[in-house]
Amino acid sequence: MKWKVLEKSELPALVAKLTEEYEVFAPVKEKNIVSFERLSSENQAYLDFWNTKKPPKDVFFPQTETLFTYRIAEKDVEIVEIPAAKGKRVLFGVRPCDARSFVLLNKFFSSGEHKDVYYLEKRRNTTIFGLACTSPRSTCFCTSLGGSPFGKDGMDLLLQDINDKYLIETITEKGEELVEKFPSLKDAEKADVERAKKLSEDAETAVKSKVSVKDVSEKLDRMFEDPLWDQIYQKCLGCGICTFLCPTCCCFDILDEETVEGKRVKIWDSCQFSCFTLHGSGHNPRSSGKERMRQRIMHKFNYFVNDFSEIFCVGCGRCVQECPVNLDIREIIGAISARQAE
Amino acid sequence: MNNPYIPNLAAIRKIIIENEAKDIKTFELVFKDPEAMKNFRYKCGQFAEISVFGAGECPIGLASSPMDEDCIQFTVKKVGVVTTALHNCEEGTVIGVRGPYGNGFPLERMEGRNVIIVGGGFAFTTLRSLTKFILHEANRDRFKDLTVIYGARNPGELVYKYDLEAWGKRDDINLNVTIDRAVPGWTGLVGFVPAVLKEVAPSSDNALAIVCGPPIMYKFTMPVINELGFRPEDVFLSFEMKMKCGIGKCGRCNIGNKFVCKDGPVFSYKEFQMMPKEY
Repeated sequence: MKWKVLEKSELPALVAKLTEEYEVFAPVKEKNIVSFERLSSENQAYLDFWNTKKPPKDVFFPQTETLFTYRIAEKDVEIVEIPAAKGKRVLFGVRPCDARSFVLLNKFFSSGEHKDVYYLEKRRNTTIFGLACTSPRSTCFCTSLGGSPFGKDGMDLLLQDINDKYLIETITEKGEELVEKFPSLKDAEKADVERAKKLSEDAETAVKSKVSVKDVSEKLDRMFEDPLWDQIYQKCLGCGICTFLCPTCCCFDILDEETVEGKRVKIWDSCQFSCFTLHGSGHNPRSSGKERMRQRIMHKFNYFVNDFSEIFCVGCGRCVQECPVNLDIREIIGAISARQAE
Repeated sequence: MNNPYIPNLAAIRKIIIENEAKDIKTFELVFKDPEAMKNFRYKCGQFAEISVFGAGECPIGLASSPMDEDCIQFTVKKVGVVTTALHNCEEGTVIGVRGPYGNGFPLERMEGRNVIIVGGGFAFTTLRSLTKFILHEANRDRFKDLTVIYGARNPGELVYKYDLEAWGKRDDINLNVTIDRAVPGWTGLVGFVPAVLKEVAPSSDNALAIVCGPPIMYKFTMPVINELGFRPEDVFLSFEMKMKCGIGKCGRCNIGNKFVCKDGPVFSYKEFQMMPKEY
């Protein structure tokens, strides 16, 4: 692990240099919305944000991704494979909650007999340059889910704003390789590291919102038929924003676009939509919002825990922030954890 | 890294119209690449994702027997976008196949035991694969008595009539084909599958039962299976669920934390009883 310091004025030059060698994705502000975009000569990284509206998961798991193209000629077909990943990438300015989501997504997409090469290859080709969080919001609850505002899970390097300058901490070999490309970076002084530590502690304290996830998974084991589900879904509109903006939600559909020369695409889908599980026969095992809400909560706090020993939520708070009817996942977890053990 | 989303190309060699309504057809496929044909090793009860390019993909159970080496077969009911597009294909059309997927029937556990196969309606496809496999001369001795109970609404809706006719002439299978209501010209059994099962009353001694059919059939068949004394761990059911990827990634076919595509589609009745009621 290395600590380097970067003068604030030098950041644009560092990012610009990265774009010479890598495809760089970074937070960009456009029309008052900050989102991860590919950097070019037309835009620049913007770091004065709480968190991006959309998580950066689409850098590895695009909303629409072509798996291959096909050309139909009379009765025959020709398939052209699309490489899962091309050049090397840097994902710059990722908040610790979102970086942690990649640890979980890696576990999921690399599990089982058949791996998702499209996600894994892109993740493998990418260096994740995190950005510590100095002022968490009221909807943030990362510390309840194993994360923290200065957390390093899932990152290769971490950029920390220590008031007058930035501190760069390398975490993995990939991160060290990247820093080595900038020989002019000075080593950090002990005082800089101390200050970062202090800021990290302050930020952790600033995460006021807490949920108790202890025993939630065990309780859910016995709660499939609980009356709780009859209540909590009632105001849900089924819009799916909670799943689309969730850094860990990764359900998708596969479909064909165009009939003669077309492409097969993998496209984001949501367990909150009724057609997600609708059979050809018309039967639907999750026919109302009740079953769909239960699926979302069960998947994150029970099924994923059974399979991977981790909760499938990083506490970023986007689903709380953006829900049009103010459904709050923290209240749902609270209600589950308040259930008396039988 | 192997890319699981790329289908193998296969040409439709033959199309067999299976029922009177003409909405169930069997497609006989030959892979374009002979190596792919050789490498496509599957078990009875597994399925594959079938692509009709321009329409999409859907999961279909393998209806051929793993002993059929020169082709694979899928029996498909015309229901949605992809199955309709497939029904509109002519012989010679190239489609896509990826798989095989799923766990399949527990053949190892059936060896040396009596096998009871119970199927209703169009869900008989993977059971046909299993029946054909057991009846193959290279396999028949590994299994004891084979009892098949298969029912359809009316004679016109029975699929694989050519197989049923051939099996009816053999003495190493107890074949019971039934239709729901009597019709002129039908001389076989009449009655719903559970009733016929009760009448045939196969012994549960050293036996395994495989049941596959619509949900309503499970509802009325399972009590009979219990009455006959089968232990829940000796009864296997095959599930259907909306699927897309077939490999446990797209997130929709789960019942509790079990994915029907990769942990199933075959589950023992014992496993089934422990699953949440969401199917």
